[in-house]
Amino acid sequence: MLSEVEFVIEQWSCPLPLRDYPRIVMGHGGGGSLSAELIENLFVPAFRNDDLEAMADSTVLTLPAGRIAFSTDAYVVHPLFFPGGSIGELAVHGTCNDLSMSGARPLYLSASFILEEGLEMKTLAAIVDRMAQAARDAGVRIVTGDTKVVERGHADGCYITTAGIGVVMTDHPPAPSKAKVGDVVLVSGTLGDHGMTVMSRRENLSFETVLESDSAALHPLVEAMLAASGQVHVLRDPTRGGLATSLNEIAQSSRVGIRIDETALPVRPAVASACEILGMDPVYIANEGKLVAIVAPEDAERVLQVMRANPLGHAAAIIGEVVADHRGTLVERTRFGATRILPLQIGEQLPRIC
Amino acid sequence: MKYQEEFRNSGAVQRLLAEIRETVTRPWSLMEVCGGQTHSILRNGLDQLLPKEIRLIHGPGCPVCVTPLVAIDRALAIAARPGVIFCSFGDMLRVPGSDKDLFRIKSEGGDVRIVYSPLDAVKIARENPGREVVFFAIGFETTAPANAMAIEVARQQSIRNFSALVSHVLVPPAIEAILSSPATRVNAFLAAGHVCSVMGTWEYPPLAEKYHVPIVVTGFEPYDLLAGILACVRQLERGEARVENAYERAVSEQGNLPAQALLSRVFTTIDRAWRGIGVIPRSGWALSDAYRDFDAEHRFSVGGIVANESPLCHSGEVLQGLLKPNQCPAFGKQCTPRTPLGATMVSNEGACSAYYNYGRLIAAEELLCSAK
Amino acid sequence: MCLAVPGQVKEIYGENGMQMGRVNFGGIVKEVCLAYLPEIAVGEYVVVHVGFAINKLDEAAAMKSIRTFKDLGLFEEEFGELGAFESS
Ligand code: SF4
Repeated sequence: MLSEVEFVIEQWSCPLPLRDYPRIVMGHGGGGSLSAELIENLFVPAFRNDDLEAMADSTVLTLPAGRIAFSTDAYVVHPLFFPGGSIGELAVHGTCNDLSMSGARPLYLSASFILEEGLEMKTLAAIVDRMAQAARDAGVRIVTGDTKVVERGHADGCYITTAGIGVVMTDHPPAPSKAKVGDVVLVSGTLGDHGMTVMSRRENLSFETVLESDSAALHPLVEAMLAASGQVHVLRDPTRGGLATSLNEIAQSSRVGIRIDETALPVRPAVASACEILGMDPVYIANEGKLVAIVAPEDAERVLQVMRANPLGHAAAIIGEVVADHRGTLVERTRFGATRILPLQIGEQLPRIC
Repeated sequence: MKYQEEFRNSGAVQRLLAEIRETVTRPWSLMEVCGGQTHSILRNGLDQLLPKEIRLIHGPGCPVCVTPLVAIDRALAIAARPGVIFCSFGDMLRVPGSDKDLFRIKSEGGDVRIVYSPLDAVKIARENPGREVVFFAIGFETTAPANAMAIEVARQQSIRNFSALVSHVLVPPAIEAILSSPATRVNAFLAAGHVCSVMGTWEYPPLAEKYHVPIVVTGFEPYDLLAGILACVRQLERGEARVENAYERAVSEQGNLPAQALLSRVFTTIDRAWRGIGVIPRSGWALSDAYRDFDAEHRFSVGGIVANESPLCHSGEVLQGLLKPNQCPAFGKQCTPRTPLGATMVSNEGACSAYYNYGRLIAAEELLCSAK
Repeated sequence: MCLAVPGQVKEIYGENGMQMGRVNFGGIVKEVCLAYLPEIAVGEYVVVHVGFAINKLDEAAAMKSIRTFKDLGLFEEEFGELGAFESS
C-alpha cells in the first residue's frame, strides 16, 4: 500500500519531454533547453497565470492603492513531505502569514527553487502541485521564479525561497513594538502541532501519531480580526521557536512584560505526550498555521469570538496579559500559581534524557 | 498521559503544601539529587510555593552536568575524526569541553548525530559497516541498562564497527561524598526515583544510618516531589533518619534484577572525577575487561587526553550547595548561558543558568522600582 | 536523571532475539525495548527511559495515591479538559 505521500507523488503523470529525465540533472538549472522544458512543462502549467506567462526577466504588476507589505523567507524542511503538508504548502503559507502579520492581504509571490541533483522529478512535481494548490486556496499568484541545481549532497532534496507582496488593509497596522501594558494575549489554536508532526517523522526519533501539521494561510482570519477591532496591536505567527520565542521578541521590542497562564494554553494531548517523552516544551515548538495576537483589553472578548467563529481560529483562547513588571521578559503562571520564566532559547530544542 | 496527569492535580498539590506548612517548625535544607527533579521543581515553580523554612539545594544529579571535562574532550577528539559517526543524546551537544562543544565539531565537518535510544546507535553501525560508529554512553544508573544493552547487542551480533565512550556516574557514592564533607548543609535527601527503579533502595539504609539523614525515594511529578519533601520534613521534625519510599508505583526495594545482572557483567566500578566536584571514590562505571573490544577510549587511543577545568568556575561548590551561583565571580560576566564556563550554566535547569534567568527578572523589577 | 514516562504495553514481539514492544504514551506510540521485563504482559504499564522499559508501573500503588486524593475530594475538574482538543 502506498502512503499518502507516495500516493500524491505517484499521481503525477509526466508530460513527454520531462519523461526522459526521471531525476533532476545539473542541466535543469543551466539556463539551456533543459531549464526551459522544466519551466514550460512543470512550473508554468502548475502556477498558471498571465503575469507568470509573460516570461519576462521581471514581472510588472499593478497594485491597489495603499501601503505595501513585502517579505521573504527560505524554506528548508526534512522530510519534504509530512502528514498535513509539505515544503510546498509551507513555502506559500509561511510568506503569506508573514505578510498578514503586518495587517496585509497577500497578493503576489515569487518562488525560487534550489534543487539537488538526483531529486526525483515526480517528487518535485508533487511539491509544485501542492504549492500551486496552496496558492490558489490562499488567493495569491506566483508571478516570478527561478531554479538552480546544485550537486548531489549539497542540498536536502529541495529548498524553496518565496518573497511576497501584500497590500495593508488597515490604517493602524499591527507591529511587534505596539504592545501596551494591560493588553490581552490571544492565540488562534493549539500549540506545537507542526513541529511535533515533523519531529515524529525524523530518523531515530520516529513515533506513531495521528498528529498533522497545522500549515495554513492565516489572512482570512486576520481580516476578520482587523474588521472586528481597530486595536489589534500586535500579530505574530509563532513559527520556529514557538509561542515563547514570539512573545519574548514582542516583550523586548515593546519594552513590556508578558505573563501567560499555563492552564489557558491550548495543547493537544498527543503534542503534550510527545513533549513529555522527548523532554520538550510545547511553548517552544514550531507552528505553521497559528497566530498570537495582542489586543486592547476592551476589544479582547470580541476579537476572541470572531476568531472562534473562523475555522482557522476555532480553538482560539485568551492566554495572558501584558504587564508593567519584568519588562522585556516572558513569564508563565504555572498551574499551581507559581511563576516561571520562559527565556529565549539559545538554539533549537533537543531531545533530553534528563 | 495516564499515571502522570493525576500526579499534577492542583488540589492534591495544594493539600500537600498545606501539610508541609503545618509540619515544619524550623529551617531545613533538602537536596534533590536528580536533575530531572530540579527541572520539575523549576518548571512548576514548586520552590516558590514551599514555606520559607525549606530550602531546596539542587544537587549534582544532572549526568550531563557532571560528565567530566576530560570525557567531553575525548568525545570531541573522536567525533572530529574523519570516517567516524559520533552518536550522542541531545543534551550533550551543547556541553562545553575545554574549547569546543559537539555542535562546533559538527559545524567543522564531524558527523555528529543525536539519538533517542542507544539501540539507534547500534542500528546506525549495522547500516554503515564501513564507518566507525561511537556512542557516548553517559548517565546515571537509570540510563546505564540501556547503554549496557546496546553494547551487549553489538557484542552478540559481532558489530565490530560499534564502540562506546563510557562515562557513567553513580548516585549513592555522590550522596556519601556530600554527606562526608564537613561543610555540608544538607539535612535530608530526595533520592532519585528512576535511579531506584533500576537499582532498588537497598543501597541507602547504611547511608541513612551512618550519617543520620532521612533519605526519601522521590518521583518527578509535582505531587511526588511534595510527597517526598513532606516525608523528609516529618522525619526531620521527629528526629528520625530512615529510608522511605515515596515513589512506590515505580520503585521496589530490589529494583530491576535482570538489569542489575547485565550491568554487573558489562561494567566495572571505578573512581570517577565529577565535573566541578572532583574524584569521588567508586562512583563510576567503566567497561569491564570482557567488553574492552567495544571501548572507544582504547580503540581511538584517547586515554592520554587530559583536561583542566576553568579556574574561574566554582560549579563544584554550587553543586554541593556551598555557594549560590551569583556568588561565583564569573557569574553573569565571563559566564552566561551563551558562553558557559561550567556545565551548570549549560542547561536551563542547571543551577547557574536557572539563577541567571531568574536574576534577569529580579533585575528588571529592581530597575523599575528605582525608576519610580 | 531521568526523563522517564509511563506508558501502556500494546504489543510484545521478539526482534533479533530481544523482547521488544509497542508502548502507548497518551496517544503517541513508540517502539520500546522490553528485555529487562521478561514477565511483562500486554495491557500493563511500564516506565520508559531512552527507549527502554526500566520497570513495571505498579498500578495498585498508583491507584492507592490517586484514591487518597479522590476520597479527600481533591480531584479538581482537570480531567474534563484533557480531551478538549482531541476532536478538534
Ligand atoms: S556561574 Fe559559570 S563559572 Fe560560575 S560556577 Fe556557575 S557555571 Fe561555573
